[in-house]
Amino acid sequence: MKTLIDELKKKYELKKFTQQNEFTCFVTVSKKHAVPFITHLRDVENFTHLSLVTAVDRIEEDLFQITYILHNYQLKMDLGVRVFINRNEPVMESIHHLWKQAATYQRELKEMFGIDFPGSPGVDESLFLEGWDNIPPMRRDFDTRKYVSETYFPRKGRKTHDPATYMRNKLYPTENSQ
Amino acid sequence: MINTDRSKYPKKIDGKPEIDLDSGKYLKIWQGPQHPGVTGNMALELTICGDEVVECKTHVGYLHRGFEKLMEQRKFIQNFPIVCRICVPEPDTNEYLYATAIEELGGIKVPERALWIRTLNLELSRLGSFLMQVGGQAGAFGMGTVTQWSITHRDYILDLFEEMTGGRVYHMYMLPGGVRAPLPEGFEDRVEAVLKKTEKILSDIEKVLLNNAVFKGRAMGLGIITPDMVDKYGVVGPNARAAGLKRDVRIDTPYEKYGELDLKYITGTKSDAYERTLVRFQEMFQSISIIRQIMKKMPEKGPFYVKTPNVLYWKIPAGETYKKAEATRGEYGYYVVTDGSDKPRRVCVRGPSYTHAIALLQDLIVNVDIADVPGLMTSLHTCPPEIER
Repeated sequence: MKTLIDELKKKYELKKFTQQNEFTCFVTVSKKHAVPFITHLRDVENFTHLSLVTAVDRIEEDLFQITYILHNYQLKMDLGVRVFINRNEPVMESIHHLWKQAATYQRELKEMFGIDFPGSPGVDESLFLEGWDNIPPMRRDFDTRKYVSETYFPRKGRKTHDPATYMRNKLYPTENSQ
Repeated sequence: MINTDRSKYPKKIDGKPEIDLDSGKYLKIWQGPQHPGVTGNMALELTICGDEVVECKTHVGYLHRGFEKLMEQRKFIQNFPIVCRICVPEPDTNEYLYATAIEELGGIKVPERALWIRTLNLELSRLGSFLMQVGGQAGAFGMGTVTQWSITHRDYILDLFEEMTGGRVYHMYMLPGGVRAPLPEGFEDRVEAVLKKTEKILSDIEKVLLNNAVFKGRAMGLGIITPDMVDKYGVVGPNARAAGLKRDVRIDTPYEKYGELDLKYITGTKSDAYERTLVRFQEMFQSISIIRQIMKKMPEKGPFYVKTPNVLYWKIPAGETYKKAEATRGEYGYYVVTDGSDKPRRVCVRGPSYTHAIALLQDLIVNVDIADVPGLMTSLHTCPPEIER
């Protein structure tokens, strides 16, 4: 795998290569070269299976990391292609023309991270969260507790207890009354 | 006479059928989210013409629980009660993948005996899940008796899980470092007894289901996945093997003790719903053989757990990995990213149904009779919880 990456390094300006385990490697590619590199992997290098497209919010560096996991059935290797994009301009080229399932992954990334893939079928339609009106929920700055307390509480007839105090009162009622 | 040649009718514009609902020729119906013919909580928005489906759109979102987000806010060990709940029929694959990803990133080496116990656990869970699928497949074509037989036998497997792990459905048995407990005394005999019962019921089901004229008539030719569709749609597992492709994560990239066991690719040729059932049948017999091999090779002594750092304060160095295993539906994967803190930075679950139930199903369902839609869905073994994590 290292040889293959070394061969393609110049053409696609590949960076940081990691051999994670016997069957898995990761490599970083720039946004500009990402789709041509993935297309080359699919059409020439036999990475014909797209396992996953997902994103990681690198909020401290103001970046989104998009990871494409591709598999080569001949080499029996997984290759994770990392692409870093600006968090303030979350737009990435679509790969729906390469694999049919990519459109669903991209639709999910638009909904959950707010990363746009112009031209991807149905990318603007909600996949899981119908009527969502907040910031994309998988972003690190989305506070689930705050959202829940603002949206669902206080609910009539619902009480919350501190588990430790509640159990102490239940188990040792006399001690606590003293 | 109804025109059933769908190559020209309805007319297609840019690859999309031109459907005028006001014309009275078409009807839009929803199958699901609460419907006995739908696997789990998902909905199919079907446009039908007579009895035939001309267009379909899969809708998910009815059971989204935000697991991936929750996992980012909990310590590594606290996520075990979450990961197993991603899949009811086969929670062990989730437990295993999450545990093995943490072990890899945290530099933990699992003892030999634990690897064997984990392999046993994974294979038992595969067998149980296959039995559930066969029940669903028969039920979708109106053969409820077969469903009852297979679900009963899945329950015997759950009894084994209860004895081994303390839990019937969710086990939380595989933890970073190994497994929670060794196998109980005399477990091998009880496993063998269940395997014998399962073999017997499988041969009965084979006679009743696979030779049934109605099942043959309806399942043969239903939902054909051609070999060129496999990579285009990301088809994996028995669905890909029924199309003749030799793909099995247990053989291609062996994990735990699968590399030391005798197993082979089980493939088909016709790639329709009937062929997929046949492939799954043979898979079950192979699973039984694998479990017997594991029980023979299972070490009786030795550590089953290696001490990890204090799980409440365990910080794992920054890194990322993708781990995968062969679930009953095919390649199941976990992409885990750590950042040096005591919580995962990102956990992304890759379930085979993500593509089988959306991109693939939407295209396969066209021209299928509405009565065969449940049979087609079950033959793809779709499972919505792994789509919505």
